[in-house]
Amino acid sequence: MITVERLREIKEKQRPILEARLKEKDIATINEDGSIVLKGEYYERQVRIALKNCGIIDPYNIEDYIAVDGYSALADILMNKSRQEIIDDMKASNLRGRGGAGFPTGRKWEEAFKYDADQKYMICNADEGDPGAFMDRSILENDPHAVLEGMAIGGYAVGASKGFIYVRAEYPLAVKTLRVAIEQARELGILGNNIFGTDFSFDIELRLGSGAFVCGEGTALIESIEGKRGMPRTKVFRTAHKGLWQKPTIINNVETYANVPVIFQKGVDWFRSIGTEKSPGTKVFALVGKVENAGLVEVPMGMPLREIVYDIGGGVQDGKKFKAVQTGGPSGGCIPADLIDTPVDFESLDKIGSIMGSGGMVVMDEETCMVDIARFFLDFTVEESCGKCVPCREGTKRMLEILENIVAGKGEEGDIEKLERLSDTISSASLCGLGQTAANPVVTTIKYFRDEYEAHIKEKKCPAGSCQALVQYFITEKCIGCGACARACPVGCISGDKKERHVIDQDRCIKCGACMEACPPKVSAVVRR
Amino acid sequence: MNIIINGIQYEVEKGITILEACRKAGIDIPTLCHDDRLEPSSSCRMCLVEIEGSKKLVTSCSTLVKENMVVYTHSARVMEARKEVLDLLVSNHPMECLTCAKSGKCKLQDYCYEYGITEASYKGARRKPKIDTSNPFYDYDASKCILCGLCIRVCDELQGTSAIGFENRGFDVVVTTPFNEGLVNSKCVSCGNCVSVCPVGALTPKKQTYRHWETKKVRTTCSYCGVGCQMDLVVKENRVVGVEPANVVPNDGLLCVKGKFAYKFINHPDRLKTPLIKRNGKFEEASWDEAYRYIRRKVNEIKEENGPDAFAGLTSARCTNEENYLFQKLFRAVIGTNNVDHCARL
Ligand SMILES: Cc1cc2nc3c(=O)[nH]c(=O)nc-3n(C[C@H](O)[C@H](O)[C@H](O)COP(=O)(O)O)c2cc1C
Ligand code: SF4
Ligand code: SF4
Ligand code: SF4
Repeated sequence: MITVERLREIKEKQRPILEARLKEKDIATINEDGSIVLKGEYYERQVRIALKNCGIIDPYNIEDYIAVDGYSALADILMNKSRQEIIDDMKASNLRGRGGAGFPTGRKWEEAFKYDADQKYMICNADEGDPGAFMDRSILENDPHAVLEGMAIGGYAVGASKGFIYVRAEYPLAVKTLRVAIEQARELGILGNNIFGTDFSFDIELRLGSGAFVCGEGTALIESIEGKRGMPRTKVFRTAHKGLWQKPTIINNVETYANVPVIFQKGVDWFRSIGTEKSPGTKVFALVGKVENAGLVEVPMGMPLREIVYDIGGGVQDGKKFKAVQTGGPSGGCIPADLIDTPVDFESLDKIGSIMGSGGMVVMDEETCMVDIARFFLDFTVEESCGKCVPCREGTKRMLEILENIVAGKGEEGDIEKLERLSDTISSASLCGLGQTAANPVVTTIKYFRDEYEAHIKEKKCPAGSCQALVQYFITEKCIGCGACARACPVGCISGDKKERHVIDQDRCIKCGACMEACPPKVSAVVRR
Repeated sequence: MNIIINGIQYEVEKGITILEACRKAGIDIPTLCHDDRLEPSSSCRMCLVEIEGSKKLVTSCSTLVKENMVVYTHSARVMEARKEVLDLLVSNHPMECLTCAKSGKCKLQDYCYEYGITEASYKGARRKPKIDTSNPFYDYDASKCILCGLCIRVCDELQGTSAIGFENRGFDVVVTTPFNEGLVNSKCVSCGNCVSVCPVGALTPKKQTYRHWETKKVRTTCSYCGVGCQMDLVVKENRVVGVEPANVVPNDGLLCVKGKFAYKFINHPDRLKTPLIKRNGKFEEASWDEAYRYIRRKVNEIKEENGPDAFAGLTSARCTNEENYLFQKLFRAVIGTNNVDHCARL
């Protein structure tokens, strides 16, 4: 059986081993207060709580986790704190769910804590289905014990003895690290019966999801664990009262759980000193797209977008102009360049029509067509809709069809209004969060880039020059009539006499761009417009 | 508990849904996927209502009443949402009302009439028709299905067979049997309860030969067993052309395959309509009076000659408890023997 003394012994034995390893690899700085940070400007500009052990400890060795104070919060809580105190601390910390909606975790736990039942469950949502998101994956693969400890603390607080981690099967490495971590925790007695000699018992099982985005939605996830088709349930009662098998159930995100042990190690005041009043702490973002340094960044909430994109991300690739950033994945919105000073926290993003979501952040440059971006995200939603409710099943498909027509140059007068009407219905009438947020990319791009929609529909032009169907290759008067383009054209639609200006037959042109490449650079007579 | 619906205060019980409260108050709320007997699904989104203080519209079928709740069931926003939902459904529907067997008894048709939906606003892809005619009693036409899920839930929650379910995602969802093997190869017991709940013409009895307005309904008790299920015979020109379950005790809107589909004997030429008495080795039609007199005479004769235990009585599972009671009374008290039994025991 594990005891507090045994935990301390392991720490004292393992800490020097870990430090020696880090020194040898020269990848991290060990601060005087004992904290360890990865070297390099990219990391030093971040504030890492959820990712604090990532890249530092060996995820396959529980002793490494213990060497960085792992499981000390759980031990302290089980020895010294009542369940009510944990709930109070969680509420005071105002930790908000990192899975998307930002619901205060303490309040959620309190609901289950107060609801009497013979069995309660803790679930960790590790389904991470947003395209381009890999925050949770990184935590699971590099610091699985933080999630287990967070779940155990929650289990103690609400009175649950059983936990499930619902992890997508497309994360085989995460599944493996979790398996090993659970096994090692069981062996040491940190999971199982009478943990630290108390009457608290808690165990965790894995459940694999098979890649449906909607199974990340809490009630669909529960249906899936119950062995049913992953479709959201209508909520007559809240999940914290009647969830998995109709028992009180807490569902939290991976990153949310990873924050929990640190809050109890360092205290509520410390946690609240980071981030903003209403959104304390940090958030991990997957910064991707046309940005110089793509990767995971963890920053205090409230940091302006500009700092994330420019100071940490190093700005737009190839010196191109910044156009917009999409936050929150397919449920989020596009934020235009003139709002780049918006602080990134739940309230501020909500105000401008986007969401924090799980932390996707896609940077777009001047060559990105905003209509096409809306189409791209909607295409994802249409694929992933579960098909249960009418607005989402039928409505998103109609929106996608309209957008596909617009980018193909077949947009009609009135399409924007149709999109707005559909957005309204889908947002207000859909059953679950997937449908309720599906229109966000469309709504925000219409709001901030309406002129691009109009250019596509009325002038049949793509201002960003990205929609294949709408670009035209055109030979200007600079043409010297060398014929290089005509020889390069695979469909032979360029004609013209020697030393005369050539012309492209627009009806036959397949827009491959071969002419533009063939035209001698000194001449550059072919333009794309 | 008090709630205000459309400006009028009502006293309602605790723990009921807004939909139930509205129905009690006589306010009609449209539903396509709701059935009082089943868990709420909230998938059709027709029962949306507006609640003061809530940004989103809520489904009245799954929202419990709260003290002093202020509800609007037909506000402009609600009507707009319902219209759009119907428009979306109709935009993916074949609109074959002129020839559809369900016409006149179709909820989609009724609501389109009520909400003034004349044609589909969205022209685009349609659900692919996928017709399963393998069951001997009924057909499924996916192109007309509005995916309310009632059939699946009835089969699962009430019938307890779970023969059918959804397949695919999003726009491509259809109702089907496991591995798409067809109804006849599934666990389906042909009870037809799915057919009875389908609000549109997606699940229909085979070879329906009537339009709903040509028929009248005659309430009766199913003659197949002692449960006494209540049902409505669908009658056209004095012939029984269909059966619909009645939503009352004891069957609550359910029937079994015999009650639902085995009614063709009623008009069958082989059906016996009078008693038959065997004379000179041949059965001849007789009147009931003749038959009873004949039975009484024979019983008396046999009893006199061989005693009451020469008789044995066996009743049918198609008899009710009352009939069975009378039967044993006849044997014990009138004939005087305990030789009486019931086929269900064999
Ligand atoms: C369509 C959809 C997909 C979701 N996917 C995820 C996911 O992959 N991971 C996650 O943690 N939350 C996801 N959520 C949010 C969950 O429903 C839920 O709010 C969250 O897991 C709660 O945990 P938190 O309070 O810690 O954020 C999704 C929500 C919706 C509507
Ligand atoms: S909103 Fe979409 S994903 Fe959610 S229940 Fe409705 S159809 Fe399914
Ligand atoms: S006929 Fe009965 S058993 Fe067969 S699918 Fe319908 S409800 Fe299920
Ligand atoms: S077949 Fe009928 S009952 Fe079944 S889902 Fe389709 S419309 Fe609903």
